[in-house]
Amino acid sequence: METESQKPFHVDVGNLLAFNPFHNFPSLPTSREELVKECLQEGTKLVQAVADSLFNLPSTEDVDGPLVKLPPPSTKLPREKHLPKPKPPTKWEEFAKKKGIQKRKKDKVVWDEQTGTWKRRFGYDRVNDDKDIPIIEAKMADEPGADPFAKRQDDKKKRVEKQEKNRLQNLKQAAKIGALPSHVQLAATALPITGTQAPPKKVTKDELGNVAGMAATATASGGKFDRKLPGEKPAKKQGKHRKFLPVVEGSGIGSREKEQTENVLNKLISKHSHEILNVGKAVTMYNVKKEKRARNKRSQEGKSASATNKLKPKKQLHKNTGKKGPGSSKKGKAK
Amino acid sequence: MSNNEQTLRFCSSAIMMRIKTPKNGRVRRELEKRAPKLVETGKKTLILQGTKTSGTLNGVLSEIYHLKKGGAVRFTRKNDNIRPFESGGEASLEFFSLKTDCSLFVYGSHSKKRPNNLVIGRMYDHHVYDLVEVGVENFKSIESFNYDKKMAPRVGSKPFIAFVGEGFENVDELKHLKEVLLDLLRGEVVENINLAGVDRAYVCTAISLNKVYLTHCALRLKKSGTVVPRMELVEVGPSMDLVVRRHRLPNEGLRKEAMRTAKDQPKKKIKNVSSDAIEGTIGKIYIPDQKVGDVALPNKAKGVKRERREAKKKEANERASKKQREESE
Repeated sequence: METESQKPFHVDVGNLLAFNPFHNFPSLPTSREELVKECLQEGTKLVQAVADSLFNLPSTEDVDGPLVKLPPPSTKLPREKHLPKPKPPTKWEEFAKKKGIQKRKKDKVVWDEQTGTWKRRFGYDRVNDDKDIPIIEAKMADEPGADPFAKRQDDKKKRVEKQEKNRLQNLKQAAKIGALPSHVQLAATALPITGTQAPPKKVTKDELGNVAGMAATATASGGKFDRKLPGEKPAKKQGKHRKFLPVVEGSGIGSREKEQTENVLNKLISKHSHEILNVGKAVTMYNVKKEKRARNKRSQEGKSASATNKLKPKKQLHKNTGKKGPGSSKKGKAK
Repeated sequence: MSNNEQTLRFCSSAIMMRIKTPKNGRVRRELEKRAPKLVETGKKTLILQGTKTSGTLNGVLSEIYHLKKGGAVRFTRKNDNIRPFESGGEASLEFFSLKTDCSLFVYGSHSKKRPNNLVIGRMYDHHVYDLVEVGVENFKSIESFNYDKKMAPRVGSKPFIAFVGEGFENVDELKHLKEVLLDLLRGEVVENINLAGVDRAYVCTAISLNKVYLTHCALRLKKSGTVVPRMELVEVGPSMDLVVRRHRLPNEGLRKEAMRTAKDQPKKKIKNVSSDAIEGTIGKIYIPDQKVGDVALPNKAKGVKRERREAKKKEANERASKKQREESE
């Protein structure tokens, strides 16, 4: 909208906006204050122009002051969200349109023949409740042992399930074209189960930590140079820890390699030699035997019979499994 | 926002889906507020900062937050991984925009190459739509202005916006900046406005080809002869020089989609009004049943007056006769 004055400003009353495209600074004012003053002057002119149009709009009196109805803004600005798509018709709606079925408005209360009162259509004390039926007459087609009340309940359950399934299908259809209602969200509960119907086993924390390491061993360099995620620890080494000699021997250590080969050779040769005596072992064995003999002699002097030795209670050879009980339950709770 | 769910499982579908609807009325209303609407009202602004900020930049960000108090969210932690102009550096921004439902953002950062940097951006469907990068110079905060405190503009009032300068028309970057500033400063889009409540104005002047002087003023309405009062601007709020550094325009397809407006809404159905081809507009008026006999008659009929008069006379006579009897006794 342009105002009818000599200075053609672009005025948009809907946004309370005014734009002067003809002003320019032929030379920048020397001081800051002058610049500010000139800007304010120009601003005042523009604001006055907007106010001219604004205050001339028809106003209604209100408690706080005069209210005016703003015209819609003329400057176009981009939206923040996409346009809402209309909801696609549900399967029932399509069917109803094809057949020409009209919607009938239902009353909240319905006349109940049985009690002779007006009862709710659904809810607490409703009209055709299942629990109000005292007697169901048996028909010729019924089996002798079948429970008709349970059958009615089953039928109702099935009907409700079918309805919910249809509702889910309708929502899926709407979600496909992006027109899901704002308060509904569809969430996937579980991945599709293929093969046996066993539920997926829960993995422990340690196992999860090792999985990446295990997978990395399949690479040519054993996963040593793989790019790791931030915070990922290097894989734990599996297997026995092998110690290798340094390539270059430092001073003061001696020839470790010589020692190593010597040990190996001795072991090899000594296997076939029966004269080699393990002095340490022989000494220990002799000492142990001596101590045992001394103990036995002492016990024979102290106690009357040696039969008491045999009646000594057996020491606990295995751990008490009962103690594991509370320990294991604690583990379960911490998870 | 945690939704309480009503869970229904079906084994017939390959991927088991369930329908989540909020059990809480508050959550449902919140979701409906965030749903896309046919006609949009205000946009919310997200104000955040990057790895390093300077003192002036902190001031700028807090003042922008104060100016937009009702519709802005301020994050105070530093965000290292947000780089608006790089292709991968927008993921965090989009996530925040989704969670806070903000479609405008102001990102402040300070570095040697770009001191006091401010990136103002807009989102479409929570994806970055366009960006403008400006540097802030000569910032003067609200505290440094002296003015009569009674005139201070109130929070949430709709501002007047004035753009001065041919730069806004000729220079591409300034044109873009003008559009973005309008979006940022505009506030809510309303149909009715109270004329007593207009008390603020933003003035943006294009000083040079890449510099804009932005200031916030309070309005003083002075009496003039006509209905329209005379406007007086008094600088109150922050004022700063914005130097345009970089900008990114939206790509054409996205721009076309974002500028699409809905066709005029079908007129709201007015009750009891129908239109006929022959007779035109017909209205129905429902009159309740007349209760004849219960209504108080406005004009006292002559008969009523006479009755009253006669009743009064009778009473007077009775009293007189009583007195006589008493006197005689």
